[in-house]
Amino acid sequence: MYVSVKGGEKAINNAHSWLSEIRRGDVNIAELNIKQISEQLTLSVDRVMSEGSLYDKDLSALAIKQSRGDLIEAIFLVRAYRTTLPRIGSSKPIETGKMLCLRRISATFKDIPGKQKLGPTFDYTHRLLDFKLLADGEYEKAKIEKYDDKEIPHVLSFLNKEGLIQKEIPSGKTSKDITRNPINFPLTRSERLQSLSRGDEGFLLGLAYSTQRGYARNHAFVGELRTGYVEVQFEIPELGIEINIADVMFTECESVNQFKGSKKIPAQFTRGYGLVFGQLERKAISMALVDRSMRWKEFGEEYLGVAAQDEEFVISHCDNIQATGFLEHIKLPHYVDFQAELDLVRKIREEYKKNEQRT
Amino acid sequence: MKNESRKQWLSYLATADENYLISLWDNLNMKIEYNWLREPEIGSVMVQGKAGVTGDNFNVGEVTITRCSLSLDKKIQGHGYVQGRNKYKSKIAALCDALMQTEKKEIIKRNIIDKLIKYKNNKRNEILSKTEATKVDFFTLVRGEDK
Repeated sequence: MYVSVKGGEKAINNAHSWLSEIRRGDVNIAELNIKQISEQLTLSVDRVMSEGSLYDKDLSALAIKQSRGDLIEAIFLVRAYRTTLPRIGSSKPIETGKMLCLRRISATFKDIPGKQKLGPTFDYTHRLLDFKLLADGEYEKAKIEKYDDKEIPHVLSFLNKEGLIQKEIPSGKTSKDITRNPINFPLTRSERLQSLSRGDEGFLLGLAYSTQRGYARNHAFVGELRTGYVEVQFEIPELGIEINIADVMFTECESVNQFKGSKKIPAQFTRGYGLVFGQLERKAISMALVDRSMRWKEFGEEYLGVAAQDEEFVISHCDNIQATGFLEHIKLPHYVDFQAELDLVRKIREEYKKNEQRT
Repeated sequence: MKNESRKQWLSYLATADENYLISLWDNLNMKIEYNWLREPEIGSVMVQGKAGVTGDNFNVGEVTITRCSLSLDKKIQGHGYVQGRNKYKSKIAALCDALMQTEKKEIIKRNIIDKLIKYKNNKRNEILSKTEATKVDFFTLVRGEDK
């Protein structure tokens, strides 16, 4: 139990002044501005937008600056701001098939229509510190080549045509917005996906890794991974006209997992899905693997009692703001609580002593 | 006025780079009389995805949106729904939407909408041509035991 305390105003104000000064750092070093953060720390900005569940680069960059680069604190700030915004409405479902791709790869097929395109990736770098970056202003320019501006079809749609993979068909179930309604287990897959998309990258990475190591049987391939801009379509209420109201960067991962079959249906691959704001492919892949492991019931698989299969465990613990809120509150004054425990321990010890003296 | 063309200009205004749109508008130096129907307000739109591309809809997260509505006279209304949190951008979008319904249409089209289209196309071409340069042809090697 947390009982409110009084006092400490001066100490708190002074602590915040020092926080402000230490955030600024050495004044002989140029101050970081928001545009520098949003242009040069893009992947931090993306993570804050994704887990803050609000796509706005400037806000995300501001939150990173304010939090001294503590991304969970930054996500907290964005979430808090988000709750103050009136909800104007909901978009039409995005069409990731029409994505303007910066990157599009498949680990399952070499030759795919639309080809594999690596984009600006860390893959195949040597992970050696680049001391050239210590010097000012040097960078390589991106190369360009002539292209065909054609839509890039999803890789799994080819397996779909052959019936080799389970089809994703709308279930017709109604889902709640988990940010507006309390969640009740069991959840629909849509509710799970909403939670996962704003869930903590580290937590989901750990769970996804656990499925790869054998804690849930669903050996996964990356069927397709794509990053790029998608047009968000929204109907203007006053006009009834649907417009492209926003251009949003997404990373999407479709995993191909081991098959299921029955007497009625021949064996076919199953799938998991990840979709997140920004260029966050580790998160998108993790999301797809965890989505897949939680679908065990739908595919008639055995429940192995592992964390990644347990939706209540996963969804209740994947939100880093809930988690850090509960975790960090225990450092706030709990004096009354603790006094009670202290009294109890003293009493028990006294009784123990008395008993010892008797024997 | 066809809905198709209004849909197009509203879309380019909504997704315009805010600094670029503001500079285009300020350069025109137009003095327009208007009345607010709804003053600019910042809000959000929930973006929906589809599970596994073709399955159920789900909420991915929100995007910041600013909107306002105004009228030039009793008949002509302009709506400014734009991405981001810039009230001035929203007002410019609403004014452009309204003016596109008047005899000033050509001025706005030539000096703003066409330029926004060009700007966006250039960005698109830049991304496509850089992406194309990273196209890869993987090939698998024959392993010793297959010989």
